[in-house]
Amino acid sequence: MPTNKKMQDRRSRELKPTTSARFTAALLAAVSLATANLGFPANPAVAQTPTSGSATRIPRTPLKIAKSPTIARDSRESVAHLLNRVTYGIRPGDIEKVQEMGVKNYLSRQLSPDSIELPESIVKVSQVPALTETPVELFRNFGKPALKALVQNKGKTEAGKKELQKVVRETYGRLYGDAVQAHFVRAVESPRQLQEVMVDFWFNHFNVSSDKGLDHIWVGHYEETAIRPYALGRFRDMLGATAHHAAMLFYLDNWQNTTASLNPTVNKKGKSRFKGINENYARELMELHTLGVDGGYTQKDVQELARVLTGLGLPPGAGGGMGIRNLQQRRAMMQNEQAQNGQAQLSPFMRRRMQNGVRNFGAPVTAQSIQGDAKSGSYFDPRRHDNGTKVVVGHTIAPGGEREIEEALDILARHPSTARHISYKLAQYFVADKPPDSLVQKMAATFTRSDGQIAQVMNTLFESDEFWSSQYRNKKFKSPHRYIVSSLRATDATIANPGPLLAFLKQAGQPLYKCLTPNGYKNTQEAWLNPDSLINRLNFATALGANRLPGLKVNGANDVTESLATVSEKTVSAIEKAPPPLRQSLVLGSPEFMMY
Amino acid sequence: MNRRDFLKTAGLTAASFLMPNVQVWAKTAATAQNQAATNKLVVVFLRGAIDGLSVVVPYGDQRYYKVRNNIAIPTPGNELGALDLNGEFGLNPALAPLMPLWKNGSLSFILNTGSPDPTRSHFDAQDYMESGCPGKKSTSTGWLNRLLAQLPDNHSPVRALNIGTTTPRILQGPVASATFKAELRRRPTAIDNEVIASSFERMYEGRGDSLERAFLDGMDARTTINNKLSGEMMQANGGAVVANRFSAFGRQLGKLMSEEPKVQVAFVDLGGFDTHVNQGNGKGQLANHLQVLGKGLSDLAASLGETYSRTTILVMSEFGRTVKENGNNGTDHGHGNFIWALGGAVKGGQLLGRWDGLSDGALYENRDLPVRTDFRSVISSVAGDHLQLSSRQLQTIFPDFTPEKVPGILKA
Repeated sequence: MPTNKKMQDRRSRELKPTTSARFTAALLAAVSLATANLGFPANPAVAQTPTSGSATRIPRTPLKIAKSPTIARDSRESVAHLLNRVTYGIRPGDIEKVQEMGVKNYLSRQLSPDSIELPESIVKVSQVPALTETPVELFRNFGKPALKALVQNKGKTEAGKKELQKVVRETYGRLYGDAVQAHFVRAVESPRQLQEVMVDFWFNHFNVSSDKGLDHIWVGHYEETAIRPYALGRFRDMLGATAHHAAMLFYLDNWQNTTASLNPTVNKKGKSRFKGINENYARELMELHTLGVDGGYTQKDVQELARVLTGLGLPPGAGGGMGIRNLQQRRAMMQNEQAQNGQAQLSPFMRRRMQNGVRNFGAPVTAQSIQGDAKSGSYFDPRRHDNGTKVVVGHTIAPGGEREIEEALDILARHPSTARHISYKLAQYFVADKPPDSLVQKMAATFTRSDGQIAQVMNTLFESDEFWSSQYRNKKFKSPHRYIVSSLRATDATIANPGPLLAFLKQAGQPLYKCLTPNGYKNTQEAWLNPDSLINRLNFATALGANRLPGLKVNGANDVTESLATVSEKTVSAIEKAPPPLRQSLVLGSPEFMMY
Repeated sequence: MNRRDFLKTAGLTAASFLMPNVQVWAKTAATAQNQAATNKLVVVFLRGAIDGLSVVVPYGDQRYYKVRNNIAIPTPGNELGALDLNGEFGLNPALAPLMPLWKNGSLSFILNTGSPDPTRSHFDAQDYMESGCPGKKSTSTGWLNRLLAQLPDNHSPVRALNIGTTTPRILQGPVASATFKAELRRRPTAIDNEVIASSFERMYEGRGDSLERAFLDGMDARTTINNKLSGEMMQANGGAVVANRFSAFGRQLGKLMSEEPKVQVAFVDLGGFDTHVNQGNGKGQLANHLQVLGKGLSDLAASLGETYSRTTILVMSEFGRTVKENGNNGTDHGHGNFIWALGGAVKGGQLLGRWDGLSDGALYENRDLPVRTDFRSVISSVAGDHLQLSSRQLQTIFPDFTPEKVPGILKA
């Protein structure tokens, strides 16, 4: 693309002198900010804060951080801090905009995202099958062809391999690509920034991995329908939506969770896809999604909750096939261990079955033929449900089929341990790796009072003195994901192809939508600051700043220093000494840009 | 030369002066503990579940030939036949480069090992074998990282080497590792450019915080790896033919470990072992992969030089494959498998573990090799003796697990 390059060259030539001057001016302005910041530790009130911080051990004495050290909330540096936490990173001009509309006004709009209009480009990017088709449709239109190709072609011939790759690209690949593109465009450009950030928080809280079998096709829809609508809504609603979504049912194996008493009737060897209790989801539901690991439940509670959840699985015809009714005729299939993992594509039985006409997945899926809830891709099979009485964290749940699940989710969502667990995680994400207990307590109180209204809990967070305290500013280390998204925001980049972003995240150990473990990606410095990954960031910064990442186009005229909330003189002098074309890269790779 | 380069060079010089002395001293008056402090562990992970019965072939068992009409390895002496190990078992001929190690007594196999978790999903099984906590999905660190945390911290940015592009699950956790790609030509990245590097140095140096430390360690690891491997690259490029991407791992890792005494553990993974279709026997798909692997391991042993005597290499895979071949001249996901142990400290030339033959009754669910020895027991036995880790430390590496001592893996 010679024309492009020429244009680029011309642009950088034209801009060089001005850019250089602008850089220095902006940096000097930023330094004076930094100096202002530096002035604060000299203030005795602040100097004492860390010490009094350790006094949080004194129970029931909420840490009262004196108002005096807190810089006025509408000051430039305060707004920069707010934007650092509310958004994926400051864009040039953002600070002034917020100052103009007022911090209170800005926050209230961010807390009710529907009040902010979305540009056409943002709406458009989400109108893709990966996000709009139901799990059942996705299974039919993408999952089935992929499975079929996998069983028919795997490794047979070179041509077969090519054909297989093509199908996988057009199914798994296309859905992932569309979901990823929507993710990055919204994260970088959406004016509803808090919603985007909250979606990231909750997706990781209720993590599923697109690398696991059928979750290849469901992960986008999961985020779109089970997480996004509730990210600032009611916790209980999101808990219910995730519990019933095909992606979660598959990821944590609850689709196989079946009453133990049914087992002998399945077959003589006790084998089938449904071979008794599977506790995986029940355990993570308490440990990760609600109560927290120290939330006061026992292994017995896990077992009881697993019994409550028996029968909640995938719709027949959309991955959950083989109703109990047909088990006898499908003995051969049941004996096949592979099917137990939902990875039927690799088993010889399924391979034969596919070659012989694909009966099992062959029937057209219509609204009428689908049992259960097509929208979430779940199906409650009463025949696989344990009809006994259960006791979960001290509550007796009478036999009631599907209703028991709602009852259990109610109990868990309203448990005080849940209020605390969620509040702690939110405070850690938005305030500090080790969040002040006083703040967690306030948030938990709001959580309980509001019956889990997340926007209200966040309001408590943003109104707290702790949030605004200068001791927490610029102290969070960006995750690789936040690092690249903030880079793209700072440089006003357009994303034609997210390939380089995905490659970076993979290398950094944070591949998008592919966290293997159910606890999701962490967001602490301890998890992400390591030598390899820091060097990788510098390489990324250099390439992006020089506009050399294919598929990404940065706005070279952008003054990225406006995205720094603070900057040291050391950084300024390093940038001033560097050749001008390198300066944008250096800002993106500066120690200050690693923090937020 | 800037200040840091100077310091680094000075440091290396000092180290190279000291090293021979240390070794002499270690050899003459070594206490077990000091010896252990320099002992090394390499883990090679074969992704996709390698067919153990095509690695160590039970050619003495007629059943083997009965259930594997098309993919059995012929008995020793025949064309592409197994290389005899002990009169009953033989090595896949594609692994011929490893025969000298078997003969010199530094290669053993532990039969019927694996994870107690019954899953036959690659996804879950690899996850469990790397986290070291089968069945417990929310374990966020890898066992090799937890093991590193138990070794003396020598503050080297290259104490853990990872060959690849991303930090694998097994190395995830608080101890940093240095990742490098084993390739024949090193492609310089932006940070290798002097102007760019020095600009970032000016920003990061002297901050006195964790960012500075990460930056310096990262740059140091890069320099070390680039310096050590630059000569090796030139040599390899002379050979002109660019073989598959793993061909370089053995030589490069061996060179780094032999010249950089502070490397404590290394990890490398290889894929392509999921042979459902047209697996082949002494030649074919699997044999091609084994050739690369065998050559890589023997290169590793050779280039480790004297360090080989202080290195234990464990080769493992997430689960085994079906004993019977399937309808596509391949094998499907199974259960038990073999762990390979190589190294100067290994008491080689042995087949360890419990072997019950291939009769239906001896198999897991009538189809797979059983798991008679938990993979964590094998690792614990090696780590305990070779790296001098106490049982309390092993508990930290494999929580909620009581390892069984697997006798005879290492020399007394």
